[in-house]
Amino acid sequence: MFKVIVALALALSAQMLPAKEAPLAADNPELEKRVMSVSEELRCLVCQNQTIADSHADLAVDLRNEIREKIRQGASNQDIIDYMVARYGDFVLYRPPLKATTVLLWFGPIVLMLAGLAWLVLRLRQRGTVAVPPPLTDEERKRAATLLAGREGGAQ
Amino acid sequence: MANEAIQEQGRGGWLRFALPLGIFAALVILLGVGLTLNPREVPSPLIDKPAPLFELPQLHQPDQTFSPQQMLGKVWMLNVWASWCVSCREEHPVLVALSKSGVVPIYGLDYKDQRKEGMAWLSRFGNPYQLSAFDADGRVGIDYGVYGVPETYVIDKRGVIRYKHIGILTREVVRDKIVPLVQELNRDV
Repeated sequence: MFKVIVALALALSAQMLPAKEAPLAADNPELEKRVMSVSEELRCLVCQNQTIADSHADLAVDLRNEIREKIRQGASNQDIIDYMVARYGDFVLYRPPLKATTVLLWFGPIVLMLAGLAWLVLRLRQRGTVAVPPPLTDEERKRAATLLAGREGGAQ
Repeated sequence: MANEAIQEQGRGGWLRFALPLGIFAALVILLGVGLTLNPREVPSPLIDKPAPLFELPQLHQPDQTFSPQQMLGKVWMLNVWASWCVSCREEHPVLVALSKSGVVPIYGLDYKDQRKEGMAWLSRFGNPYQLSAFDADGRVGIDYGVYGVPETYVIDKRGVIRYKHIGILTREVVRDKIVPLVQELNRDV
Protein backbone atom coordinates (compact mmCIF):
# COMPACT_ATOMS: atom_id res chain seq x y z
CA MET A 1 0.00 0.00 0.00
CA PHE A 2 2.79 2.38 1.02
CA LYS A 3 4.60 1.64 -2.24
CA VAL A 4 1.51 2.47 -4.22
CA ILE A 5 1.18 5.81 -2.45
CA VAL A 6 4.83 6.65 -3.05
CA ALA A 7 4.53 5.70 -6.71
CA LEU A 8 1.42 7.84 -7.05
CA ALA A 9 3.07 10.78 -5.33
CA LEU A 10 6.09 10.48 -7.59
CA ALA A 11 3.95 10.27 -10.71
CA LEU A 12 2.01 13.31 -9.61
CA SER A 13 5.05 15.36 -8.73
CA ALA A 14 6.69 14.45 -12.03
CA GLN A 15 3.62 15.80 -13.77
CA MET A 16 3.58 18.91 -11.68
CA LEU A 17 7.16 19.96 -12.35
CA PRO A 18 6.77 21.21 -15.92
CA ALA A 19 3.57 22.98 -14.90
CA LYS A 20 5.75 25.81 -13.68
CA GLU A 21 6.14 26.99 -17.23
CA ALA A 22 2.84 28.19 -18.61
CA PRO A 23 1.32 25.29 -20.57
CA LEU A 24 0.87 27.12 -23.82
CA ALA A 25 2.65 25.03 -26.38
CA ALA A 26 -0.62 23.42 -27.37
CA ASP A 27 -2.93 26.40 -27.66
CA ASN A 28 -0.65 28.72 -29.55
CA PRO A 29 2.05 27.00 -31.60
CA GLU A 30 2.72 30.20 -33.54
CA LEU A 31 3.59 32.06 -30.32
CA GLU A 32 5.72 29.18 -29.05
CA LYS A 33 7.64 29.13 -32.30
CA ARG A 34 8.51 32.78 -31.90
CA VAL A 35 9.42 32.31 -28.23
CA MET A 36 11.80 29.56 -29.30
CA SER A 37 13.31 31.51 -32.18
CA VAL A 38 14.07 34.46 -29.88
CA SER A 39 15.31 32.15 -27.11
CA GLU A 40 17.78 30.59 -29.50
CA GLU A 41 19.47 33.96 -29.91
CA LEU A 42 20.03 34.40 -26.20
CA ARG A 43 22.62 32.86 -23.94
CA CYS A 44 21.62 31.42 -20.61
CA LEU A 45 23.81 33.15 -18.04
CA VAL A 46 23.67 30.29 -15.58
CA CYS A 47 24.84 27.57 -17.97
CA GLN A 48 26.79 29.77 -20.28
CA ASN A 49 27.21 27.39 -23.17
CA GLN A 50 23.51 26.89 -23.67
CA THR A 51 20.88 29.11 -25.18
CA ILE A 52 17.81 30.04 -23.21
CA ALA A 53 15.92 27.72 -25.52
CA ASP A 54 18.09 24.72 -24.57
CA SER A 55 18.56 25.38 -20.91
CA HIS A 56 16.46 24.02 -18.10
CA ALA A 57 17.89 26.40 -15.53
CA ASP A 58 15.31 28.32 -13.51
CA LEU A 59 16.49 31.60 -14.96
CA ALA A 60 16.10 30.33 -18.52
CA VAL A 61 12.52 29.27 -17.76
CA ASP A 62 11.81 32.71 -16.28
CA LEU A 63 13.32 34.44 -19.27
CA ARG A 64 11.31 32.31 -21.69
CA ASN A 65 8.20 33.32 -19.78
CA GLU A 66 9.32 36.94 -19.98
CA ILE A 67 9.81 36.61 -23.74
CA ARG A 68 6.37 35.03 -24.11
CA GLU A 69 4.83 37.89 -22.15
CA LYS A 70 6.62 40.48 -24.28
CA ILE A 71 5.48 38.86 -27.50
CA ARG A 72 1.91 38.87 -26.22
CA GLN A 73 2.28 42.58 -25.56
CA GLY A 74 3.25 43.00 -29.19
CA ALA A 75 7.01 43.43 -28.89
CA SER A 76 9.13 42.65 -31.93
CA ASN A 77 11.98 40.14 -31.75
CA GLN A 78 14.48 42.99 -31.83
CA ASP A 79 12.66 44.76 -28.97
CA ILE A 80 13.02 41.66 -26.84
CA ILE A 81 16.67 41.19 -27.68
CA ASP A 82 17.35 44.86 -26.87
CA TYR A 83 15.51 44.42 -23.59
CA MET A 84 17.75 41.49 -22.65
CA VAL A 85 20.94 43.26 -23.72
CA ALA A 86 20.00 46.29 -21.60
CA ARG A 87 19.87 44.02 -18.55
CA TYR A 88 22.47 41.36 -19.16
CA GLY A 89 24.83 43.00 -21.62
CA ASP A 90 26.18 41.83 -24.98
CA PHE A 91 27.20 38.60 -23.33
CA VAL A 92 23.60 37.46 -23.50
CA LEU A 93 23.73 37.40 -27.29
CA TYR A 94 24.65 34.05 -28.73
CA ARG A 95 25.95 35.83 -31.80
CA PRO A 96 28.08 38.66 -30.43
CA PRO A 97 27.90 41.99 -32.27
CA LEU A 98 30.90 43.31 -34.17
CA LYS A 99 32.43 46.01 -31.97
CA ALA A 100 35.85 47.35 -31.08
CA THR A 101 35.91 45.03 -28.08
CA THR A 102 34.95 41.96 -30.09
CA VAL A 103 37.23 42.41 -33.10
CA LEU A 104 39.68 39.85 -31.76
CA LEU A 105 36.87 37.40 -31.14
CA TRP A 106 35.57 37.75 -34.68
CA PHE A 107 38.79 37.93 -36.65
CA GLY A 108 41.31 36.25 -34.34
CA PRO A 109 40.71 32.74 -35.72
CA ILE A 110 40.88 33.90 -39.34
CA VAL A 111 44.07 35.86 -38.68
CA LEU A 112 45.59 32.82 -36.98
CA MET A 113 44.64 30.58 -39.88
CA LEU A 114 46.05 33.00 -42.46
CA ALA A 115 49.26 33.31 -40.47
CA GLY A 116 49.53 29.53 -40.35
CA LEU A 117 48.90 29.23 -44.08
CA ALA A 118 51.44 31.94 -44.86
CA TRP A 119 54.01 30.17 -42.74
CA LEU A 120 53.25 26.87 -44.46
CA VAL A 121 53.59 28.39 -47.93
CA LEU A 122 56.87 30.04 -46.98
CA ARG A 123 58.24 26.80 -45.63
CA LEU A 124 57.19 24.81 -48.67
CA ARG A 125 58.77 27.37 -51.01
CA GLN A 126 61.98 27.31 -49.03
CA ARG A 127 62.04 23.55 -49.14
CA GLY A 128 61.42 23.69 -52.91
CA THR A 129 64.47 25.85 -53.57
CA VAL A 130 66.67 23.75 -51.34
CA ALA A 131 65.57 20.56 -53.02
CA VAL A 132 66.59 21.67 -56.54
CA PRO A 133 70.16 20.44 -56.97
CA PRO A 134 72.76 22.78 -58.49
CA PRO A 135 73.28 22.20 -62.23
CA LEU A 136 76.03 19.76 -63.13
CA THR A 137 79.37 21.05 -64.29
CA ASP A 138 80.70 19.87 -67.64
CA GLU A 139 83.08 17.51 -65.91
CA GLU A 140 80.33 15.94 -63.85
CA ARG A 141 78.21 15.57 -66.95
CA LYS A 142 80.97 13.67 -68.69
CA ARG A 143 81.47 11.42 -65.71
CA ALA A 144 77.81 10.72 -65.53
CA ALA A 145 77.73 9.89 -69.20
CA THR A 146 80.60 7.43 -68.93
CA LEU A 147 79.10 5.86 -65.82
CA LEU A 148 75.75 5.44 -67.52
CA ALA A 149 77.40 4.11 -70.66
CA GLY A 150 79.45 1.68 -68.58
CA ARG A 151 76.40 0.40 -66.77
CA GLU A 152 74.55 0.01 -69.98
CA GLY A 153 77.50 -1.87 -71.39
CA GLY A 154 77.69 -4.07 -68.30
CA ALA A 155 74.05 -4.89 -68.47
CA GLN A 156 74.26 -6.22 -71.99
CA MET B 1 81.47 23.32 -46.61
CA ALA B 2 80.61 20.37 -44.43
CA ASN B 3 81.26 22.53 -41.39
CA GLU B 4 78.88 25.18 -42.60
CA ALA B 5 76.21 22.60 -43.18
CA ILE B 6 76.61 21.33 -39.64
CA GLN B 7 76.46 24.82 -38.27
CA GLU B 8 73.38 25.54 -40.33
CA GLN B 9 71.75 22.41 -39.03
CA GLY B 10 72.79 23.32 -35.50
CA ARG B 11 71.07 26.68 -35.73
CA GLY B 12 68.01 25.17 -37.33
CA GLY B 13 67.94 22.57 -34.56
CA TRP B 14 67.99 25.24 -31.88
CA LEU B 15 65.09 27.07 -33.52
CA ARG B 16 63.28 23.81 -34.00
CA PHE B 17 63.06 23.48 -30.22
CA ALA B 18 62.81 27.13 -29.27
CA LEU B 19 59.88 27.93 -31.54
CA PRO B 20 57.42 25.31 -30.29
CA LEU B 21 58.63 25.90 -26.76
CA GLY B 22 57.94 29.62 -27.16
CA ILE B 23 54.49 28.96 -28.58
CA PHE B 24 53.82 26.51 -25.78
CA ALA B 25 54.92 29.04 -23.14
CA ALA B 26 52.70 31.72 -24.68
CA LEU B 27 49.73 29.33 -24.64
CA VAL B 28 50.40 28.38 -21.02
CA ILE B 29 50.41 32.06 -20.04
CA LEU B 30 47.25 32.76 -22.04
CA LEU B 31 45.36 29.80 -20.63
CA GLY B 32 46.75 30.46 -17.15
CA VAL B 33 45.35 33.98 -17.20
CA GLY B 34 42.09 32.57 -18.53
CA LEU B 35 41.89 30.24 -15.54
CA THR B 36 42.11 33.10 -13.07
CA LEU B 37 39.19 34.92 -14.68
CA ASN B 38 35.73 34.12 -13.43
CA PRO B 39 33.41 33.49 -16.36
CA ARG B 40 30.42 34.16 -14.12
CA GLU B 41 31.48 37.74 -13.65
CA VAL B 42 29.83 39.23 -16.68
CA PRO B 43 30.21 43.01 -16.81
CA SER B 44 26.83 44.57 -16.13
CA PRO B 45 25.44 47.10 -18.60
CA LEU B 46 23.51 48.63 -15.71
CA ILE B 47 26.51 50.38 -14.19
CA ASP B 48 26.00 54.16 -14.36
CA LYS B 49 22.38 53.65 -15.42
CA PRO B 50 19.36 54.54 -13.28
CA ALA B 51 18.34 51.66 -11.05
CA PRO B 52 15.23 50.06 -12.57
CA LEU B 53 12.09 51.16 -10.78
CA PHE B 54 9.83 48.72 -9.04
CA GLU B 55 7.32 48.57 -6.29
CA LEU B 56 7.22 45.37 -4.28
CA PRO B 57 5.60 44.27 -1.03
CA GLN B 58 7.95 44.11 1.91
CA LEU B 59 8.96 40.76 3.29
CA HIS B 60 7.93 41.40 6.86
CA GLN B 61 5.00 43.71 6.16
CA PRO B 62 3.24 42.48 3.03
CA ASP B 63 0.78 45.35 3.17
CA GLN B 64 3.58 47.88 2.77
CA THR B 65 5.64 48.34 -0.34
CA PHE B 66 9.18 49.31 -1.08
CA SER B 67 10.35 51.25 -4.11
CA PRO B 68 13.85 52.55 -4.94
CA GLN B 69 12.25 55.97 -5.35
CA GLN B 70 11.91 56.17 -1.58
CA MET B 71 15.70 56.10 -1.43
CA LEU B 72 16.41 59.13 -3.62
CA GLY B 73 18.86 61.43 -1.85
CA LYS B 74 20.58 58.57 -0.06
CA VAL B 75 23.46 56.29 -0.94
CA TRP B 76 22.27 52.75 -0.35
CA MET B 77 22.99 49.15 -1.08
CA LEU B 78 20.65 46.61 -2.58
CA ASN B 79 21.51 43.00 -1.84
CA VAL B 80 19.72 40.19 -3.67
CA TRP B 81 19.33 37.14 -1.47
CA ALA B 82 17.16 34.10 -0.88
CA SER B 83 16.75 31.53 1.86
CA TRP B 84 17.46 28.75 -0.65
CA CYS B 85 20.75 30.32 -1.68
CA VAL B 86 23.72 28.60 -0.11
CA SER B 87 26.27 31.27 -1.01
CA CYS B 88 24.06 33.89 0.65
CA ARG B 89 24.66 32.18 3.96
CA GLU B 90 28.38 32.49 3.37
CA GLU B 91 28.28 36.22 2.74
CA HIS B 92 25.71 36.89 5.44
CA PRO B 93 28.14 37.62 8.32
CA VAL B 94 29.86 40.21 6.10
CA LEU B 95 26.52 41.94 5.52
CA VAL B 96 25.65 41.84 9.20
CA ALA B 97 29.02 43.41 10.07
CA LEU B 98 28.60 46.09 7.40
CA SER B 99 25.11 46.85 8.63
CA LYS B 100 26.36 47.22 12.22
CA SER B 101 29.10 49.60 11.08
CA GLY B 102 26.38 51.92 9.78
CA VAL B 103 28.40 52.89 6.72
CA VAL B 104 25.55 52.31 4.32
CA PRO B 105 21.91 51.27 4.70
CA ILE B 106 21.37 47.83 3.21
CA TYR B 107 18.09 46.88 1.61
CA GLY B 108 17.34 43.31 0.64
CA LEU B 109 15.62 41.85 -2.38
CA ASP B 110 14.33 38.43 -1.38
CA TYR B 111 14.50 36.72 -4.75
CA LYS B 112 12.09 33.92 -5.70
CA ASP B 113 11.63 32.85 -2.13
CA GLN B 114 8.86 31.69 0.16
CA ARG B 115 7.84 34.41 2.57
CA LYS B 116 7.89 32.14 5.62
CA GLU B 117 11.27 30.67 4.80
CA GLY B 118 12.78 34.04 4.06
CA MET B 119 11.66 35.42 7.39
CA ALA B 120 12.81 32.32 9.27
CA TRP B 121 16.18 32.55 7.58
CA LEU B 122 16.64 36.16 8.68
CA SER B 123 15.64 35.49 12.27
CA ARG B 124 18.04 32.58 12.36
CA PHE B 125 21.11 34.25 10.85
CA GLY B 126 20.43 37.89 11.75
CA ASN B 127 18.84 40.62 9.69
CA PRO B 128 21.26 43.15 8.21
CA TYR B 129 18.54 44.79 6.11
CA GLN B 130 16.56 47.94 6.83
CA LEU B 131 13.87 45.96 5.08
CA SER B 132 13.60 43.38 2.34
CA ALA B 133 11.45 43.66 -0.74
CA PHE B 134 9.76 40.41 -1.64
CA ASP B 135 10.26 39.43 -5.29
CA ALA B 136 8.25 36.22 -5.43
CA ASP B 137 8.35 35.62 -9.19
CA GLY B 138 11.78 37.11 -9.84
CA ARG B 139 10.54 39.76 -12.28
CA VAL B 140 12.37 42.58 -10.53
CA GLY B 141 15.43 40.34 -10.49
CA ILE B 142 15.28 40.14 -14.28
CA ASP B 143 15.05 43.93 -14.47
CA TYR B 144 18.23 44.14 -12.43
CA GLY B 145 19.98 41.56 -14.60
CA VAL B 146 20.19 39.09 -11.74
CA TYR B 147 21.27 35.65 -12.86
CA GLY B 148 22.80 34.22 -9.74
CA VAL B 149 22.13 35.07 -6.14
CA PRO B 150 23.74 36.78 -4.27
CA GLU B 151 24.25 40.00 -6.16
CA THR B 152 24.87 43.42 -4.67
CA TYR B 153 24.34 46.92 -6.03
CA VAL B 154 25.51 50.27 -4.71
CA ILE B 155 23.10 53.03 -5.72
CA ASP B 156 23.86 56.73 -5.40
CA LYS B 157 21.75 59.67 -4.28
CA ARG B 158 20.32 60.21 -7.73
CA GLY B 159 19.24 56.59 -7.97
CA VAL B 160 22.03 55.55 -10.34
CA ILE B 161 23.69 52.16 -10.00
CA ARG B 162 27.37 52.78 -9.36
CA TYR B 163 28.67 49.34 -8.57
CA LYS B 164 27.59 45.76 -8.93
CA HIS B 165 29.11 42.75 -7.28
CA ILE B 166 28.17 39.29 -8.51
CA GLY B 167 28.54 36.44 -6.09
CA ILE B 168 29.64 36.24 -2.50
CA LEU B 169 30.52 39.56 -0.90
CA THR B 170 33.82 39.24 0.94
CA ARG B 171 35.33 41.39 3.66
CA GLU B 172 37.96 42.46 1.13
CA VAL B 173 35.40 43.66 -1.41
CA VAL B 174 33.54 45.57 1.30
CA ARG B 175 36.73 47.12 2.65
CA ASP B 176 38.42 47.93 -0.67
CA LYS B 177 35.51 48.70 -2.97
CA ILE B 178 32.21 49.33 -1.26
CA VAL B 179 33.19 51.41 1.77
CA PRO B 180 35.46 53.82 -0.19
CA LEU B 181 32.82 54.14 -2.93
CA VAL B 182 30.03 54.87 -0.45
CA GLN B 183 32.18 57.49 1.27
CA GLU B 184 32.97 59.11 -2.05
CA LEU B 185 29.32 59.08 -3.11
CA ASN B 186 28.24 60.55 0.20
CA ARG B 187 30.51 63.53 -0.40
CA ASP B 188 28.71 64.29 -3.68
CA VAL B 189 25.78 66.57 -3.25
